[in-house]
Amino acid sequence: MTTELTCIRCPLGCALKVEVNGGSVSVTGNSCPRGAEYGAKEVTAPVRVVTGSVRVDGGDMPLVSVKTLSDVPKDMTGQVIEAIKRCRVMAPVSTGDVLIVDAAGTGADIVATRDVKSRS
Amino acid sequence: MEYRDVVIIGGGPAGLAAALSARRNGVEDILIIERDERLGGILNQCIHNGFGLHTFKEELTGPEYAGRYINMAEAEGIPYKLNTMVTSVTPGREVTYINPSEGEVTVKAGAVILAMGCRERPRGALNVPGSRPAGIYTAGTAQRLINIEGLSVGRKVVILGSGDIGLIMARRLTWEGAEVKVVAELMPYSGGLKRNIVQCLDDFGIPLKLSHTVVRIHGKERVTGVTIAQVDAGRKPVPGTEEYYECDTLLLSCGLLPENELTSSAGIGINRVTGGAFVNDRLETSAEGIFACGNVLHVHDLVDYVSEEAELAGLSAAEFVKRGKEACAEHGEALCLKAGEGIRYTIPNTVDPVNMADKVTVRFRVSDVYRDKQLVILYGGKEHRRIKKRIMSPGEMEQVTIGKDTIPEGISDITIRVED
Repeated sequence: MTTELTCIRCPLGCALKVEVNGGSVSVTGNSCPRGAEYGAKEVTAPVRVVTGSVRVDGGDMPLVSVKTLSDVPKDMTGQVIEAIKRCRVMAPVSTGDVLIVDAAGTGADIVATRDVKSRS
Repeated sequence: MEYRDVVIIGGGPAGLAAALSARRNGVEDILIIERDERLGGILNQCIHNGFGLHTFKEELTGPEYAGRYINMAEAEGIPYKLNTMVTSVTPGREVTYINPSEGEVTVKAGAVILAMGCRERPRGALNVPGSRPAGIYTAGTAQRLINIEGLSVGRKVVILGSGDIGLIMARRLTWEGAEVKVVAELMPYSGGLKRNIVQCLDDFGIPLKLSHTVVRIHGKERVTGVTIAQVDAGRKPVPGTEEYYECDTLLLSCGLLPENELTSSAGIGINRVTGGAFVNDRLETSAEGIFACGNVLHVHDLVDYVSEEAELAGLSAAEFVKRGKEACAEHGEALCLKAGEGIRYTIPNTVDPVNMADKVTVRFRVSDVYRDKQLVILYGGKEHRRIKKRIMSPGEMEQVTIGKDTIPEGISDITIRVED
């Protein structure tokens, strides 16, 4: 079975052809190893990085932006978003702080992507 | 009057990278002037990932990318003023700003770097008929409300224009629980990056209707719906193709406009195609010692290239300041860089074959979607180089490098064009 998709690992957006023959997967059209990895993964086990915002109490901003530290399965992004929405933290928050451990059982931690200082 | 070697207007990614580059190239006395309450510019609200692959070799979110530059600027001890608005720049490099603590102040600058960024094309510039209800936002305004202020903009959304911010917002709104019904794009191609179409529309089954536009906005107090119609080759709505979409929110993602009021009131020449200044290979504008970089020069799709461009502006400003008033007369005869067939514009607009760097990066956009075409570089009308391109589209900036040692003597222009 052949699947055609656009690589999203970088802005080049290479047109990939992914062929799955039983257990073997071959990718063509990629210009780098990341593309081959993406194509194979996108067809067999698609993943995404999820980003969002978490409410902050007592901060100089009402929200802190966050991301999953690692990729999560594409079909789990909805649950990860829900976990991010339910979360609430106290200022201060620093970039890289883990705000949720193992979000929605995906194994991915949710980390802050900016600093939020305490309201002075 | 207070004097500063380099004054940088704007503390976003362009201003920060320009400042760091000026410092690395020996300028101690730098001032960044930022009108917002924090550094980082628009990256603060771009909380999605995909930034920094070229610069940091990893995928960062907007705030992380900005954070790295802010940290570097802090570590270098580069002075900056927040909540400070520049109200005028003169060709003689006098920069006037206002802020609540100092009032109005004018500083004399050895060199000025323009890094004010861009703003969104608003509804008023789009001539969309209909009443003026609540619920119409530019995509970037909605992005700020949701990602910075923590507010919600609506539940049922139609997006006009397929610029990157609109695409990013389609995914954000879907993740936030809203229903994005359709993205309508006037042109027969998207103005956004391909990966954003894949990740933000395809992933959620949001239809992208090319060659379509909003022909009417319905609703009195609040948007109740929009009518979308197909457009013909002349971008005029085709009667009979109208479709009604019920929605409470219309987002506009219809292009970005470099913010050059300061630049034009300084009498600096503006390119009508880019909306930014004409610049030479040092990114110097028509006013000596005033340089421009980032989205105020031309709208970029990748911040990595903004940083790279700004580094050149910082270096050029540093060299200008160090050179002082002497040596300026050494300019060679500038070659005109021409946007030929299929090319909308180039940055820079001129190249000085004598004083140019060994390699000059020329950034440009094509005027249509081109598949399996060739980019041809001509030196004085004679073909110099031909580059095969699988795909080029107006939504993705292209670049070529011109080597100093490849330019023959006696030519007056360099042309880039698209050929079969």
